[in-house]
This record gives sequence, structure tokens and C-alpha cells, in this order.
Amino acid sequence: MDKQLIKGNEAVVYGALLGGASHFFGYPITPASEIAHAAARFFPATGRCFLQAEDEVNSVNMLYGAASAGARVMTASSGPGISLMAEGISYIAGAELPAVIVNVQRAGPGLGNIWPEQGDYNMVVKGGGHGNYRNIVLAPFSAQEMCDFTYRSFDIAERYRMLVFILADAYIGQIMEAVALPDEVKKPVRQDWALYGDKESRENLVSSILMNTELLSTHNWKLDEKYKKVAEEMTEWEEYETEDAEYLFVAFGVCARLCVSALQGLRKMNIRAGLLRPKTLFPFPSKRLDELGKKIKSAVVVELNNGQMADDVELAMRCAVPVLRYNWMGGKVPSTQEIIDRAAKDLRG
Amino acid sequence: MVKHAKPKSFYDEFVRKGGPGEKNTHYCPGCGHGNVHKLVAEVIDELGIQDKTVFCSPVGCSVFAYYYFDVGNVQCAHGRAPAAGTGVTRSLEDGIVISYQGDGDLAGIGMGSIMHAANRGEHMAVFFVNNAIYGMTGGQMAPTTLVGQKTLTSPFGRSAGGEGFPLTMCEIINTLQAPVFIERVSLANAPRILKAKRAIRQALVNQVEKKGFSFVELLSPCPINWKIEPVQARKWIIDTMEPLFPVKNFRNLEEAPAKYEKPVPVSDADMKKLFNVEKNISVTPKEAHIDEQLVKLAGFGGQGVLSAGVLLANCAIAEKHNTSWLPSYGPEMRGGTANAGVIISDGQIGSPLVDNPTFFIAMNGPSLDSFETDILPGGMALINTSLIERKVERTDIKVLYAPLTEIAQEAGMAAAATVAGITMYALATGVIAIDTIKQVIPLSIKRKSLVEENLRVVDAAAEYFRKNLEKG
Repeated sequence: MDKQLIKGNEAVVYGALLGGASHFFGYPITPASEIAHAAARFFPATGRCFLQAEDEVNSVNMLYGAASAGARVMTASSGPGISLMAEGISYIAGAELPAVIVNVQRAGPGLGNIWPEQGDYNMVVKGGGHGNYRNIVLAPFSAQEMCDFTYRSFDIAERYRMLVFILADAYIGQIMEAVALPDEVKKPVRQDWALYGDKESRENLVSSILMNTELLSTHNWKLDEKYKKVAEEMTEWEEYETEDAEYLFVAFGVCARLCVSALQGLRKMNIRAGLLRPKTLFPFPSKRLDELGKKIKSAVVVELNNGQMADDVELAMRCAVPVLRYNWMGGKVPSTQEIIDRAAKDLRG
Repeated sequence: MVKHAKPKSFYDEFVRKGGPGEKNTHYCPGCGHGNVHKLVAEVIDELGIQDKTVFCSPVGCSVFAYYYFDVGNVQCAHGRAPAAGTGVTRSLEDGIVISYQGDGDLAGIGMGSIMHAANRGEHMAVFFVNNAIYGMTGGQMAPTTLVGQKTLTSPFGRSAGGEGFPLTMCEIINTLQAPVFIERVSLANAPRILKAKRAIRQALVNQVEKKGFSFVELLSPCPINWKIEPVQARKWIIDTMEPLFPVKNFRNLEEAPAKYEKPVPVSDADMKKLFNVEKNISVTPKEAHIDEQLVKLAGFGGQGVLSAGVLLANCAIAEKHNTSWLPSYGPEMRGGTANAGVIISDGQIGSPLVDNPTFFIAMNGPSLDSFETDILPGGMALINTSLIERKVERTDIKVLYAPLTEIAQEAGMAAAATVAGITMYALATGVIAIDTIKQVIPLSIKRKSLVEENLRVVDAAAEYFRKNLEKG
């Protein structure tokens, strides 16, 4: 298909349906609501299930149930809704169910406001609920990636039996860009662990309770091994002008877009800046950051939060170089010029 | 023939339980769960639905139901079995879904879940074991604890004034339209247990016949936490619980008052057709290469600022440029001013924010006041003189003045004033061909009845531009 002008939030739904999503359990919240709007139109129109739940606590548990029955399930929300889902997310991890959740971040804490922020980084990337577990976290920075990442997420979720988060922000949700939709329509595949209400699957049990300490400990270590495997197999990132970079910007989502523009300005001022943009936040491109950390003078982490990813960058580079933190909160998004001016001041001399 | 054999829907040995005693349940002596489990398993056998059944167990004493039931099992979060069951029943063509819950699970933490599942008429049988106390956690007050009843968290007896009255779930569920079957039964003695089995059977028959949501409340003894002997406990049900929780059928419908129409699957080709939101337009780009365009359109809500931005972005795609469109949104959009930033470029578009526009279209006064200082030096501004009286103060930008609203009004559609603005942008910069705009409009405008008016506005705006502005 040729490219079409599609809003980031709507691109999620096209990507989901082409990726074989069968169920969407939603609850509206700004700035993620267009995903539910498009899902309400297109899931039933393509023979799939859309249901508006009574709240996010229940939408995530509908995901849990439908995933147990082998469905390709998803929901979408924003910070306050994701907070409500925390318990269910932990259960999904414990029971090793595949599911997809899109978080179009708004500003917090509390009700905050509906403008873009990346303050849910820790909640989503580190787990969000109780216990030892991880989610796979994809960080799109364009409408095209909202589509592509969602499209791929169901396969990834099933491959590892994990929850895949699409961690976007209000701008990436609201932006309209030319999007090329994927060609192949994916089909759900029967899972040998799921419950299909038939003889072959009768023995299956979906559960996260293991009362015996030995059993739970074994389960915990098994999950931990799986997360290591995920890190080896699917860490993704993109680099811009890092070959000769003395200064490395690190940013995801809309901030990565701002940095792409800022690089041009800085290069014109003969400041050799590069950018690493993690496309997966878990797993995190720690190894690559470690390598680059040995070649640069300093790193600059640009985020719409209080420095949540900067902690991970610092850890990955093992404090080899100073890590500058450029942070905005409350829905404030800097202009490209603001980043250029600040970097020129900090990095020169 | 063995008359009282174990139902085959139970496992022979409870291997999942582990440890010693794989033939015993984990339930306390005198507990009612054993009765309910056996009745449910017997009915599953009788109806021949063992393979089809998916049993959603709660958090509470019956959290380990999967130790015993040889059916598909899903262990759910506290109170959420009806939500998980909703997910299961909406996924399986032919499954039988059971949500088995206690009083804390269903009437406390899970009150919202059960009410909404019941209200949607989800296809599931709910078995609600009401023993007026929290068992698993050691005997605390439940939503169904009786007034005056002593528990660990109501040590002086439940006070109606402080803790409210016991919730009567059958009566509450009975206020909803969708459920097909609602009955309260008791496990106090053998005749009552036989009646209980009939209710359980009806609830499951309703699932086989795909009738809908069926709810059975079972008054059940918990001698350990009631701190009385098992025989006394059965008597306590009759003497103390049944007067408040009347044992009776509340509803038994032949069919559900509303049916869920399952969506019809479509072919891959039809699905892709559905997604082709903008038909493809083939246009030869007017310019081989363009300088990056940072366009900002601003006006008040209802002036079509956002949709004109979409039109411009669609034209850019038609001419094979890269483009991005970013709106202001939220309360600001609903009430006051709205603005959209459109970037058109032949390179990668980094920041999608139009902080300093190369071209600014001001549709009303407040917009000019807000953004005049932001315009890039050397950039251009197009001012809608129909609504803006003042002149632009900046001297380092090029300014075009045009009565956009009047031009659009005279062409038959005042609401298309922003389309007049886009037309003039195209002529002033040469980035987009007027012909492209006219080709894109029929595909970009949702209300087909307004296509003609919009096209007339484009012509009128182009004519005005050529007459009055081109020379400048």
C-alpha cells in the first residue's frame, strides 16, 4: 500500500489488526482515546472484538482472561490508567501471558495534565507492579513506528510469553505523518499452553500463584533467564552521526525527534554531536552505550521527566563520562533551539 | 455399579497441591466449598462439558480450585474473575466459562467487576459462595457479614452505623436487565443441597444453550472462622443467615433480553480496503527540491484550522514530500484557539514542533497576538483581514493581507476560510500546486456534499491572490 497520512494513535490500530490482534479491551483517556475510537470502529469491522471495560482495572483483567484463551489481546491508555493496571500487569508477567499495552504518556503525577511527558519511564520499564518481573518496552518516535511496533508486538509477546509495552507520548500519539502499512496480515497461531475449551488444552493452567517457596523461586529464576535471553536477542536502537561524535545525545520518543534536529544545528557550530535512540527501553542498549562511553567526552540525556532514563545511561556507561541531564516536566516540551543553546553552552570549551 | 463415585471432572489425585495428602483437599473440616465443588463437578459430568469448561478461580479459600477440577483453569486476581471470564468467553467459540467466587472477592474488591459482567450479560455461570466472613485470610469481616457478627476486624460485632449493612447480592444483581438466571440456595442440609445442585445445573445448562449470565449464590458454612462446630454451623445458616438472605429463585428467563452480535470476519483484501483511508493520488511534484517548510495555522475552534492543516499535509504527500502534522489539542482546542503545525520537507523531519514558522497563517486576532513574535526572520505571514484589524508590527518578515473569511463566504462557504489560506500559501511559496489541492480536496474532505464549495473557495482565493497579491 502507498503511504497515507495517518495519526500516530490510529496507526496503532491499523498495525494491531494487520499484526493479528483479535481483542481490544479499552477505556478512554486523553491523550490515548483516539486508539480506542479507531479500535471501536475497526476491530468489529474486521471481525475482531472491541469492548469498552468499566475501568482499567477490569480492562487489564479482560486482557488476562482473553490471553489465557489464546487470543491476541491489547489495550491502550495513559499514565493514570496504567497505574490502575499495575496489579494485572504483574499477574500477566507471573502467568507468562502474551499481551500488548500502549501507553500514550501524559504529564503527572496524579491527574497532572494531558500534555506530553515521559514520566512513566520507570513505571513501565522497571515493571510497574509488585514482584520481580520485566516487560518488553518499545519506544516509537513516529506515526510509522506506532504502526510498525504494534504490528510486531504480538509476535514478540507470544515468542517470549511476555507483556509488550508501546511507550509513546502525547505528541507521537497526536502526530499525523505518512505511514506505509505492512503488507502481510498475521494470523494467530495456536499456543500449546493456552486454554481453548477443548480436550487438547484441558490440562493447561494459567496461574501466577506458587505457594511452595521452592516452586516460586524456580519460576523467578526461569523468568530472569528469559529476560536475559530477551536482552541478547532483541535489543534495538538507532544511531545518528555517532562515528566521530564527541558528545552523545540519548533520547527516545518525541525527544529523539528534537535531538535529530538539534544535531544539525550543533554540527553547523562544529560541535561533534551524535545521537543514540533506544528503540527498546527494556531490553536497554547498555552494551552499546558502554562502548560509546569509552569514545566520547560526555553524554546528554534529553527527557521529558526528572532524569529517569539518565540513571540507566549512567549505569550503562559505568560513570566513564559525565552524563548531563536535560529534563523538562509538566507537559513542557523544549524547542530545538533551546536544546542547541543549552548544549552549545555546556559542551563548548 | 458404584453409586457415589467421585465425579470424573475431579482429578484422582491432587498432584498440583503437592506435598503429603494428595487425596485430601486443603479445605477445613465442615467447610461448604467441598459441597459446592462436588456439585459443580457432578453437573459438569452430567452435561458432558468437561473438555469445554474453563474454570476461573478467585482469590480466597477457593484460590486452589485448580488442584481439584480436571478442566481448563485460570487463576484470577482478587475480584477479577468476571473480567477474566469476560476475556475467556469473548475468545472461545464454544467454551463454558465458570466464575467461582467468595464474598470478599465478589462483593468487596470485585463489586465493580461482577456488576458490569452481569450488566453485559456475559456468557458465564457465576457461583458465589457466601459464608459471611473472610476465610482465607483468617476470619475478617466480609461485605456479607451480619450486623452484630464478631470477626477479627469487627471484634465487637459488625455495627451497621459504622460498617454498613450486609450486602444481598442476588437482590442487587436482580436490579439489572441482562442476567437470565438468579437464584440463592443454601447448603444447610441435604434437601437444600439437592436444591442447590438444581440451581447449579440450570446455570450450566444456560451456558450449554448459550443463554447468558447466570448467578447462583450459595449460603455456605465456615465453622472454623465462625468458631462453632460444623453441625452448629449448618444450623446457624438456617437460623441466622436465611432470614436475611432469603433462599429462592429470583429470575429464570427463557432467553436473554439482548443478544451479542458477534462481528463477522472479513478477508485480508477487504480489511486492507477498509484501511485505505486516503485514496492514492498521483501528482508530479512541482518542484524537484524544496526548502523545509514550517507552516503554522492558527485561529479559533470551528475555523477548520486543524483540517486545513491535514489538507496541506495530504497535498505534501501527494507531491512526494515528507510531512508531519501536529495539532494543539485538549481543552485549548475545545474552547479557545486552535493551531496546527505542518512541516513539509525533502529530508528527514526531526522535531515535529513548529516553534518558528517559515509561514504563518493568522485566522483571527488572538492568534496573531500569540504567534507574531515566533515567525522566523525572513518568513511570511498571511493575515485574515476579515477578522484582524491591526497590521503586523514585525518588519523582518513578508506580510500578505487578505480577507480570507469574506473570500470563502462569497464563494459559498465561510467555514472554508482556512482552505483559502492554504491556497494562498501554495501560490505564495510555490511549494504545492493548486491542481494538487483540487485533486486532494475530494479525497480529504469527509463530508462529500461540501466538496464543490471547497473547490470554489480554492478558485476564488487563487483569483484574489493573482489580482491583489502576486505582484508584491
